Amino acid sequence: MLGFLKKPVVVTAEINLSLVALTVVGLMSRLWGLSYPRAVVFDEVYYGQFVSLYMKRIFFVDDSGPPLGHMLLALGGYLGGFDGNFLWNRIGAEYSTNVPVCSLRFLPALAGALCIPLAYQILVELQFSHCAALGAALLILLENSLITQSRFMLLESILIFFILLAVLSYLKFYNLQRHRVKYMGLFTYMLLLVIAGLHFWHMLGDQNLSNVSLVCHFLARGLTLLIIPVATYLSFFYVHLTLLYRSGPHDQIMTSAFQASLEGGLARITQGQPLEVAYGSQITLRNVLGKPMQCWLHSHTNTYPIRYENGRGSSHQQQVTCYPFKDVNNWWIVKDPGMQQLVVSNPPRPVRHGHIVQLVHGITTRYLNTHDVAAPLSPHSQEVSCYIDYNISMPAQNLWRVEIVNRESDTDVWKTILSEVRFVHVNTSAVLKLSGASLPEWGYRQLEVVGEKLSKGYHQSMVWNVEEHRYGKSQEQKEREVELHSPTRMDISKNLSFMAKFTELQWKILTLKNEDTEHKYSSSALDWITMDTNIAYWLHPTSGAQIHLLGNVCTWASANVAAVVYTCLSLWYLIRRRRKIYDIPEDAWQLWVSAGQICVGGWVVNYLPFFLMEKTLFLYHYLPALTFQILLIPIVLQHLSDHLCRSLLSKSMFSALTVAWFSSVCFAYRTFSPVTYGEPLSVAELKDLRWKDSWNILIRKQGH
Amino acid sequence: MGSYYINRTFFFDVHPPLGKMLIGLAGYLSGYDGTFPFQKPGDRYEQHNYMGMRGFCAFLGSCLVPFAYLTVLELSKSLPAALLTAFILIFDTGCITLSQYILLDPILMFFLMGAVLSMVKCNSCADRPFSASWWLWLSLTGVNLAGAMGVKFVGLFVVLLVGLNTIYDLWDLLGNLSLSLVMFGKHFLARVLCLILLPLTLYVAMFAVHFAVLNKSGPGDGFFSSAFQSQLIGNNLHNVSIPEHLAYGSVVTMKNLRMAGGYLHSHWHLYPEGVGARQQQVTAYLHKDLNNLWIIKKHDSDIDLLDSSSPVEFVRHGDIIRLEHKETSRNLHSHQHEAPLTRKHFQVTGYGINGTGDSNDFWRIEVVGRRAGKLIKVLRSKIRLTHVATGCILGSSGKTLPKWGWEQVEVTCTPYVKETPNSLWNFEDHINPKLPNISLDVLKPSFVEILLESHMVMIRGNSGLKPKDNEVTSKPWHWPINYQGLRFSGVNETDYRVYLLGNPVVWWLNLFTIGLYLLIAISTAVVLKRGVQLTSEHKELSRVVLCGGGQVALGWLLHYLPFFMMGRVLYFHHYFPAMLFSSMLTGITWDTLLKFFSQFLSPSTTARRVYGGGILTLILLITYSFYLFHPLSYGMIGPMASDPSSPMAGLRWMDSWEF
Repeated sequence: MLGFLKKPVVVTAEINLSLVALTVVGLMSRLWGLSYPRAVVFDEVYYGQFVSLYMKRIFFVDDSGPPLGHMLLALGGYLGGFDGNFLWNRIGAEYSTNVPVCSLRFLPALAGALCIPLAYQILVELQFSHCAALGAALLILLENSLITQSRFMLLESILIFFILLAVLSYLKFYNLQRHRVKYMGLFTYMLLLVIAGLHFWHMLGDQNLSNVSLVCHFLARGLTLLIIPVATYLSFFYVHLTLLYRSGPHDQIMTSAFQASLEGGLARITQGQPLEVAYGSQITLRNVLGKPMQCWLHSHTNTYPIRYENGRGSSHQQQVTCYPFKDVNNWWIVKDPGMQQLVVSNPPRPVRHGHIVQLVHGITTRYLNTHDVAAPLSPHSQEVSCYIDYNISMPAQNLWRVEIVNRESDTDVWKTILSEVRFVHVNTSAVLKLSGASLPEWGYRQLEVVGEKLSKGYHQSMVWNVEEHRYGKSQEQKEREVELHSPTRMDISKNLSFMAKFTELQWKILTLKNEDTEHKYSSSALDWITMDTNIAYWLHPTSGAQIHLLGNVCTWASANVAAVVYTCLSLWYLIRRRRKIYDIPEDAWQLWVSAGQICVGGWVVNYLPFFLMEKTLFLYHYLPALTFQILLIPIVLQHLSDHLCRSLLSKSMFSALTVAWFSSVCFAYRTFSPVTYGEPLSVAELKDLRWKDSWNILIRKQGH
Repeated sequence: MGSYYINRTFFFDVHPPLGKMLIGLAGYLSGYDGTFPFQKPGDRYEQHNYMGMRGFCAFLGSCLVPFAYLTVLELSKSLPAALLTAFILIFDTGCITLSQYILLDPILMFFLMGAVLSMVKCNSCADRPFSASWWLWLSLTGVNLAGAMGVKFVGLFVVLLVGLNTIYDLWDLLGNLSLSLVMFGKHFLARVLCLILLPLTLYVAMFAVHFAVLNKSGPGDGFFSSAFQSQLIGNNLHNVSIPEHLAYGSVVTMKNLRMAGGYLHSHWHLYPEGVGARQQQVTAYLHKDLNNLWIIKKHDSDIDLLDSSSPVEFVRHGDIIRLEHKETSRNLHSHQHEAPLTRKHFQVTGYGINGTGDSNDFWRIEVVGRRAGKLIKVLRSKIRLTHVATGCILGSSGKTLPKWGWEQVEVTCTPYVKETPNSLWNFEDHINPKLPNISLDVLKPSFVEILLESHMVMIRGNSGLKPKDNEVTSKPWHWPINYQGLRFSGVNETDYRVYLLGNPVVWWLNLFTIGLYLLIAISTAVVLKRGVQLTSEHKELSRVVLCGGGQVALGWLLHYLPFFMMGRVLYFHHYFPAMLFSSMLTGITWDTLLKFFSQFLSPSTTARRVYGGGILTLILLITYSFYLFHPLSYGMIGPMASDPSSPMAGLRWMDSWEF
């Protein structure tokens, strides 16, 4: 029973000293002087805002990716006791004392440093020699661009860390845990899925395995590679949404329902509104699209001009527009066409899908109307107006059918905030739509609302939802005006489920487009291979010290050469093997292929998608791809020395060349380390650093 | 479009010229005189002779059926499968509608199916390479590829399909050790010759014909560079003789050097409120217009330089000048307000009255790659205009302004000093009575330059067709489910209406079959990989499924998936090439499936009866559904289908159909 006592307790520790040494040196290179410069550096201005918002628990949307990266940065800020009170407005602004610079920058730096031992491990797992592994780690260590990128509050180093970790984990065949910082991670994930699929396909061909065990293998892979990542991904969003429960600057791009679930903002207004829209309800109608801006159906006493600038005529009736601000003129009353009263009866009679209603403008008591007159800016659509009877045989056509788009059954009740509604005109079957154009002077630049005759399918610009809502009580117009001006009050709270919030947020992240398409340091994907552009991150206000994102020229060039050599050699081997000529032993070939799958594949999937993207691209987007390319260098070198250098002499020649090449890498690192760490430099030294004309090294003019 | 060929005037379109040339040819042969304007759908043809062109398109469209029949027959070696495919295509309302009118799509699909058929035929000749029929089919593949590429760029996908097939083929030959390397080299060269060189030659020849036929100036001129325009008869740059060097007082037009860049333009309209300063708009305009004329003046004096007494003074590289708009007498002006669309650039306006403005009207004129003090040549010098006060550079962003700017192109002053064609200009027209005119023949671009330029313009035109935010557009996922058709003509109840919509029975059968095929293919592949022993009939079936079906399924993928990544405006008819592949897949899959199941039935007569009955049921189903839906393609009059009294009301199976 106490058998285990009889055996001595032994802890066998095997410490790979070179690995430890690499980690220590890596940490030193990334962490040294971390709080310098004590100023906002480049994109910190961007990520810093999000960290502040996290600290204040204010909801935001960022289109660059899922929230894990931001959350990790915020964690650093939280641990450093950051209160979020800093105005991130300008690159180069000095940090105030309440900003824990060091702890904010610590996590990215740590991730960057840990990439070095990871690279070492990956090569070892790929069955390459420790020498090659050491080489890969050193190359990553001496890569200036990776150092620069990890020393600030930026996401790339975290992304690279997780990508490498995932590759390593798969190689070690542990349960693969996918993390995602930015969507670039997705491409590596795809690559791993494909590789896993290939491995499984080979396993299928193995006749020794029984069907049952194959199914088990398949399920296990499905579980680890699909379900766990998805679950992790969802949990990040869950934490994100739980942390950020206050309304903030990005509210308006979300739907009313989402906004209502945040504390403050819209929720303050809508709290306690009646849920079901009834005949006599007073409502504001928000267009669901939210583009070009969020707006509400609006009308005012002004009429359409009799003739437009281009000579077309109008009905001269009251304008109906979409107005981007809250206003008393945004209120409409739902009226039953069969009855005169404008108040809610007791008990309220709810409006259901398919019911026919009239919409009465609250302040002017005119009816929403559309007819066969061309709209002011979109002549193919019908004009929408509030009807004025001029006695010119133009009858009112003010009946609208309510169609709830997201209904569950055909008898659904029209609900505040939750229901998305189309208004179909009964006479002409036109649909009430926001055209997106903004009206000229006479329409006060408000947005045009039209009746779309060719209502092809579903589009968000044709869908509206009730935002503010109250049951109308006053029959007299005067009283009603007072009532319309008064704020709404009542109490029912609506909460969206997590999945609904998640889908909406995810969709918005994917479809949100940033408008700014040009930046001083933006570059095209083709420039990256040759490193034609750099990015100036920071410049000392007085001395010439500056920090640039600039790679180790030597490493970049050799990484490209390695990729080309790898491709050519592979093609050569492949064609020769097809003709049944085997140049290298079978196990060496397997090694060569699997290394290529990871490294070249990693490079391809992290690089090529950028050619399809339309967003602004920067040099740092290339870093994940570069990391894979760097890993390829020692692989190619070792292969060359093992299999192509046959004589002893050529082998030693090759080693000598390798040493010479490596010292040039070190030299390039030394040369560019001043702009990596931001050491002060004289003008002459700066000019010497400008190896390429296209590089943008900032040289302060003398005499200023 | 064919009219342009008959009238030989130059025009611009986003598609390569072959399709329009063929239509033009058909029209020419059938006596159409090219005078009908083709302005908007619904116009009556009146006395114009259009039947030849329609007949030509319809003929090509009907060729699709035998092509598909032969392809499937070759792939599956099964007559019923081929018949099933043929019936699907004969009775698909969408295919009928699409090939009845003067459109590029029937021509494209003709070449596309031709390429596929020849490829499949060529593969079946693989056992006797270098025979006459092998050469014939191989070169026919090449010819059809050139044809498909020459009609629309969508032809690229079929090129890809044939390319993949060829690579696979060669790889196979390479692994065949009984084949010497010399023989392999021959195979390789034969394919290079027939599938790369031949189509390329034809494609280039087609453009040569295109440019040779269209030698008159027409509405498409402004899209092309000055050098290109000098080739066209009737263009004001054809055989030009203008003063060579730029002088003060000259009246000029300036053209942006980006592909399809416009002329610097201004007009009597102000920027609307809220868009920078309320000054006169300056835009880039693609067409020739009096408002494109500018006068070059010195920055510091306003004397009338055209006064005959004053001496001629040339503009030199590095000079500071002022550009006055001739029609409105406003100066080209820029200031630190944000530009209307590109927010990070500065706004460019027309400012001042009768030429008097302020120091923000001064621009430094520089020629790329020239030293200070040199003269500036019209047409040939690439000019950069630097704003003196802010240091920004005049450029065109290529973005289209909204309605208030008459949908012309935005002109901005960019603070980013990067050398792109966007910020370079050249002088095109140059009027100065005091200078001698010199004929400029040096401009003649080579054929290769013209070819490259026209491709750049086409690609730019294609990517310029972007949907706006609030427009309802057709999405690729709508297509296979036949979600929504395209209205070809007629909107109202009294009109004769034609609505492009696939036969829903056919399309949903196709859609279902794609899923079914995936299931069958995966299970077959797994069974083979597991090394299960199969009978010879089953082996044959699995070969048909994996090889024959695989090729067709690949074709479907290649013609469908790329649309998901396209940013341009998409239409329902873009799916039709993919639909052809999907119909062939349907034929092959159902035939195999029925064969496989009927083999389990014991007496062979029952088996044959079940198999034949199955195919017949499918064919009858398709025929009956065509009987129901035929008014879609042959036209209908009467109330809309949303009206319950319409005879089509019962057929409106989806709310999104609008016939």
